Amino acid sequence: MKPVLIRGGRVIDPSQGHDGVADVLLADGRVAGLGPALSAPDGAEVVDARGKVVAPGLIDLHVHLREPGREDVETVATGARAAAAGGFTAVCPMPNTDPVTDNQAAVGFIVKQAQAAGAARVYPIGAISLGQKGQQLSEFGELVGAGAVAVSDDGHPVTSSHLLRMALSYARTFDIPVADHCEDPTLKANGVMHEGLVSTRLGLRGIPAAAEEIMVARNLLLAELTGGHIHLCHMSTRGSVELIRRAKEKGVRVTAEVTPHHLTLTDEACEGYDTNAKMNPPLRQAADVAALRAGLKDGTIDVIATDHAPHHYDAKEREFDDAPFGIVGLETALGLGLTELVRGGALTLPELIDRMSTAPARVFHLPGGSLQRGAPGDVVVVDPDASWRVDPAAFYSKSRNTPFGGRDLNGRVLRTFVGGLTVFRGDAA
Amino acid sequence: MTERFLGKDLLALEPLTADQIRFILDTAEPFKEVSERTIKKVPTLRGKTIVNLFFEASTRTRISFEFAEKRLSADTVNVAAAGSSVEKGETLVDTARNLEAMRIDMVVMRHPSSGAAQFLADRIRSNVVNAGDGTHEHPTQGLLDLLTLRDKFGRIEGLKVCICGDILHSRVARSNIWGLLKLGAQVAVCGPASLLPLGIEELGVSVFRRIEDAIQWADALNVLRIQLERMHAGYLPSLREYNRVFGVTVERLERAPRDLVILHPGPMNRGVEIDSRVADGPHSVILGQVTNGVAVRMAVLYLLAGGRPDMAEAAKGRSAEVGE
Repeated sequence: MKPVLIRGGRVIDPSQGHDGVADVLLADGRVAGLGPALSAPDGAEVVDARGKVVAPGLIDLHVHLREPGREDVETVATGARAAAAGGFTAVCPMPNTDPVTDNQAAVGFIVKQAQAAGAARVYPIGAISLGQKGQQLSEFGELVGAGAVAVSDDGHPVTSSHLLRMALSYARTFDIPVADHCEDPTLKANGVMHEGLVSTRLGLRGIPAAAEEIMVARNLLLAELTGGHIHLCHMSTRGSVELIRRAKEKGVRVTAEVTPHHLTLTDEACEGYDTNAKMNPPLRQAADVAALRAGLKDGTIDVIATDHAPHHYDAKEREFDDAPFGIVGLETALGLGLTELVRGGALTLPELIDRMSTAPARVFHLPGGSLQRGAPGDVVVVDPDASWRVDPAAFYSKSRNTPFGGRDLNGRVLRTFVGGLTVFRGDAA
Repeated sequence: MTERFLGKDLLALEPLTADQIRFILDTAEPFKEVSERTIKKVPTLRGKTIVNLFFEASTRTRISFEFAEKRLSADTVNVAAAGSSVEKGETLVDTARNLEAMRIDMVVMRHPSSGAAQFLADRIRSNVVNAGDGTHEHPTQGLLDLLTLRDKFGRIEGLKVCICGDILHSRVARSNIWGLLKLGAQVAVCGPASLLPLGIEELGVSVFRRIEDAIQWADALNVLRIQLERMHAGYLPSLREYNRVFGVTVERLERAPRDLVILHPGPMNRGVEIDSRVADGPHSVILGQVTNGVAVRMAVLYLLAGGRPDMAEAAKGRSAEVGE
């Protein structure tokens, strides 16, 4: 393995509070040094990163890679390559595959597919309950033994408070978070977008903010009861932010994520019945976006996660009621963060790197998210000023369902290293 | 004849201007007379092919469109979802492409999903008329309600109109709200809060919680059908109680300071949202709405086909020359 010296970039490593021009040396798959004017070992590749940003590789705690079951819309390999192209060096796929990732063999299969792909690392999330049916717990110990890093019944919210209580308690043995998609199914019912003025005008069935907040409140109470670690997926409302803030003040073990689209779009994106604006949880209102940004800034919300949800184009080319929820996000997340959040003044660049790399590693206890000596050689080199236009046809993902097509974004990934090896090389690098 | 007053489609009243709505109503006036003739046919749309694509059961609207088309001499085909390729799993986009491939001129569509009419219109070159999409809009119903009110009062501006019942699930309510507001009426809604959508006041509509208050205020009531399914889905305890609390009854109307004009888009649930004596009473214009429905739909089809409002009189007058 050839050493790599990344020379002269602005090195941002939130794990050690570093933000300044420096060199980064990768050797034997790990970070071997960070400092000014490092000398290149014999045979090292030298990457000129002057004017560029060098950061620990991004980590996405919430993706859907669709394998096994829907290999026509994404596979572990295509998802891992899309991740690498987006600057991610690790992703955590949800277990709502077919069959469900609820046993050690299923987890092992995903790990094996990821190793064969040789792109971003893949850390599977196992199911909380067998078949995600919400009745009987999966074998957490065996899931973890096979490589799972968390459990979740994402997409099939755990409606039984008893079962979630047991999951939170049982997970403590293995020190893994229990991730929940917070949704009261009777309030969500057959809603397709945020309930408000826009849904009233469009005549689309609404999903009130309370459908999420009721379950956020319940989950926080159960985390407090059990001492377990609850991880709240894709928060979308200002009420949820407030509930989490108060719980964190009380010391409840809660972490939370927010998607790039909930940080940048509102329910008005559904105008014209654009099915690429159909998400669950739905896009909310400007006040929610502002509260989510503020929560991300002050640490109430820990991480940005994409909820990368590939769908076949036929599936989105439908009546709004019948189209599936969700969008792909791996290849637009960093650009949206740099353009909307950093340039928009919501976060500093080091804060963005923290929310997309260092904090996700901490939340799910993953290696990475750091450029300290001995950390995995997972690094992204970004040109923060390069402007590009989102072209879904050019995605590495098999799917193109995004509302951001045609949008001009800043921040282009030039190089992604995983374990010291180049897994993505952008046009200009 | 190339100037288009409506654009390619009629999907909703929300995007129309007051002038466009008035154009349609004015264009409908001369078409009313066609239906009063012994020979109810004019050659205006001769050679045009129109598909009536109904993905939901409909009697009144479908027949009204069909009469409008036939009285304009168009060739029409009716497609109902049941028994068609739709039942075999064909997607709406494929249905649209197949219609397009048959070189039809217009599609009149009723569909259970909001936005379906726009979805179709965005994908085919033919004109699309929305005959009701989900709980979004039913623009020709809104137009015929406007025409009926204008017939009765001679104006829309300044009228106080209250729409009563299940506003949440009503495409008729939305089209009425937009049409009435654009033409300067004051609009209110009245119904149980469980059937009023969030943000309705932000559209510029006032809300009455009690039907007695609405009756005190209004010049006209547009009474919507209450569907039995709403009870099962938990929006209402019972139709019986709905009638007791919100029903439009003779007793309630007698306490009004003026005679209220009563509209209903049909089909009526007699004894639920409206008493028979009100529906059949002297201030009911419910059958007038049905008559106007044909004229309004003739006007819409005529305008979408490229007709000019000021030529409508001449267009329909030609029937005498042709002698059909």
